Amino acid sequence: MNPRKRADEGKLAPILLREISGLADPPLRFMEVCGTHTMSIFCSGIRSLLPEGIELISGPGCPVCVTPAGEIDRAIALSQLDGVTLVTFGDLMWVPGSSTSFHQEKAMGGDIRVVLSPLDAVEIAQEEHGRKVIFFAVGFETTSPAIAVAVKEARRRGLVNFYLLSSQRLIPPAMRALLSTGRVRIDGFILPGHVSVIIGRGPYLFIAREFGLPGVITGFEALDILEGIYMLLRQRREGRAEIEIQYRRAVKEEGNQRALEVMGEVFEPVDARWRGLGLIPESGLILREEFAGMDASRAFVIPCEDKADPPGCLCGEILQGLKSPPDCPLFGKRCTPEDPVGPCMVSSEGSCAAYYKYGGGQ
Amino acid sequence: MCLGIPGKIVSISEDHLAEVDFGGVRREVSLLLCPEVEVGGYVLVHVGFAIQRLEKGEALETLKLFKEIEESYLESTQEGG
Amino acid sequence: MKGERILLAHGAGGKLSHDLLRELFLPFFNNDILRVLDDSAIIPTEPSKLAFTTDSYVVKPLSFPGGDIGRLAICGTVNDLAMAGARPLGLSASFILEEGFSIEDLEKVLSSMREAAEEAGVMVVAGDTKVVEHGAAEGLYITTTGIGVVPEGVDIRGSKARSGDWIIINGPIGDHEIAVLIARGDFSLQGETKSDCAPLNGLVEAMLKACPDIHCMRDPTRGGLATVLWEIANASGVGVVIEEEKVLIREEVRVVCDLLGFDPYYLANEGKLIAFVPEEETEGLLRMMKAHRLGKGAVVIGRVTAENPGKVLLRTRIGGHRLLDPLSDEQFPRIC
Repeated sequence: MNPRKRADEGKLAPILLREISGLADPPLRFMEVCGTHTMSIFCSGIRSLLPEGIELISGPGCPVCVTPAGEIDRAIALSQLDGVTLVTFGDLMWVPGSSTSFHQEKAMGGDIRVVLSPLDAVEIAQEEHGRKVIFFAVGFETTSPAIAVAVKEARRRGLVNFYLLSSQRLIPPAMRALLSTGRVRIDGFILPGHVSVIIGRGPYLFIAREFGLPGVITGFEALDILEGIYMLLRQRREGRAEIEIQYRRAVKEEGNQRALEVMGEVFEPVDARWRGLGLIPESGLILREEFAGMDASRAFVIPCEDKADPPGCLCGEILQGLKSPPDCPLFGKRCTPEDPVGPCMVSSEGSCAAYYKYGGGQ
Repeated sequence: MCLGIPGKIVSISEDHLAEVDFGGVRREVSLLLCPEVEVGGYVLVHVGFAIQRLEKGEALETLKLFKEIEESYLESTQEGG
Repeated sequence: MKGERILLAHGAGGKLSHDLLRELFLPFFNNDILRVLDDSAIIPTEPSKLAFTTDSYVVKPLSFPGGDIGRLAICGTVNDLAMAGARPLGLSASFILEEGFSIEDLEKVLSSMREAAEEAGVMVVAGDTKVVEHGAAEGLYITTTGIGVVPEGVDIRGSKARSGDWIIINGPIGDHEIAVLIARGDFSLQGETKSDCAPLNGLVEAMLKACPDIHCMRDPTRGGLATVLWEIANASGVGVVIEEEKVLIREEVRVVCDLLGFDPYYLANEGKLIAFVPEEETEGLLRMMKAHRLGKGAVVIGRVTAENPGKVLLRTRIGGHRLLDPLSDEQFPRIC
């Protein structure tokens, strides 16, 4: 954002907030699905400015938070094998498995590296040709096309030491699962801007058609989010339930077809387990058969058994918007960002960490 | 859930790589997911990939909306007072 | 000694150690006190309060735009003294060298130490070197220790912030950490950001002239602005409110933060200070600061409140509030 636009923020936000107050018919609960929205909402202090009775609740859109502890355990177990270099995104470094984290393993001498781009993982595999390089990839639709390109690039270069451990997930199936439980009371969705850059508007239409709820695909600046809320309120006022796009500068109706093609070439949907939401049909991505040789979950025997999520931890209910972080008995006591129990406290976009850091930890 | 930031394309090389300027900081970015771009154009970048072209005209849309709200508000207060 | 390399023997305490000290180190820090080369430096002093501090420097890479490990080692310790309002009397510098390290590179580091020491008007009056085996260290580590005299009437402590105090910073935040990050090349970023690394004792001296009653002062190094504000809020049992609009962050710094998912309020600075001062003294102090080379960007960023003791609130540009906690862990670049 350029400085001029930042200056506009202070001027324009009050106007928009006034409009929001004028339209609001509280009590209302809107869910921001995406963790980056959660972060932005906390960092800009939007919650403290909304009229009373408009509640923003955080959904299952933080890849770290929805990854079950068992999957982290498996990746850590792989990193402990002889001759293995484990490559991952920085988001995962502090996430606790059931007994240890990547950060601790690295301190003990594990070869664990953080990359910014999936292509960096391919470069590492090329440089470290004597080692087996496993890229532990989490992410949603925004990141999956880039991971797919990296897989194709590893094949193009003929690398035989590059493996992918996929822990990728898809957003629309999770939203369907969430709505289908019938337990969550939501009056509208602030839909993820960057996932939508890839998938477009179509995959969300069921929310309006089948569940009668409005949704607005929203950008990440404070003004974007305020406008997203304003658009949701306007739909409610006018008795509409549609999927609208606020984030027009980046989101096209049809998404990014090129990215979707590459993603479909390399991956296929698979049933996947989500922390808190359980097994959701076709909500994960695995490598297609022709790339099976690169699939770390097939190439390695993983010496690890599934363990339950930590006792007492409410991350699951928090991810569904059923509980808020302060409701958890561990929050701020046994579970803090320095010593997290559940993933919602680890990921800086996790609702617990965001509440603790920006919203007033106890 | 996904950080993405806008940058301006400074140059494009043959292998679908572009040098992208983010307000004074530059990084090489892959154009494989977003090939139809030109030098001088803006793209949204995520994990080292351009994932969408940014429309300049539409980028101003939000600001336009606010101005409309502001004008209608000023009119209404003038009428009222 | 050009072209030669550090050997384990350079740290063994024998002839080579002496040669290294006399031929390489001494010319850079030559002064009456160090030249004696006794076990301890004797510094003449009058009855007064002494400030005493030490810090180790392990930055990677050793050199970055705006400074290097040598400049950092001088400025960091001088600044720690200055934050107590102390005038530095002398520093010691202790070097851990890796076997195989190039003498030429060491000379560069020493040269920038000399330059920074001259800038600060301080002498390195004692020192030590050790050499460790190749691979046991990354080139060079430096530990500097400093002592200084606190002038009569000056009493600056983290516990002295009072409700109503104004909070001043002398410029934009985050430059040092981002300059080092870019220089390290980890994420293939290119940029022009320079470290703000500078000795602040001269600025502090000028500040104390305008306002001897500065309540608290800290340099927001590791942990960043958020962490030092939190430390002071807690030590003093007061609340702190900062205006996001007033805290300057250069565009490049902001962009790198956006790219990597970092929070600028937690980035390290090496040439910044925050001061808590009585409201009525603020205007005069700002005028004095702006007249100093390192205080040109001085600005009031917030105030101390009786409410919310122990908490730091950031009032955002859109008028909301965000809580700033101390840094809880190392910042890793994020995709989300």
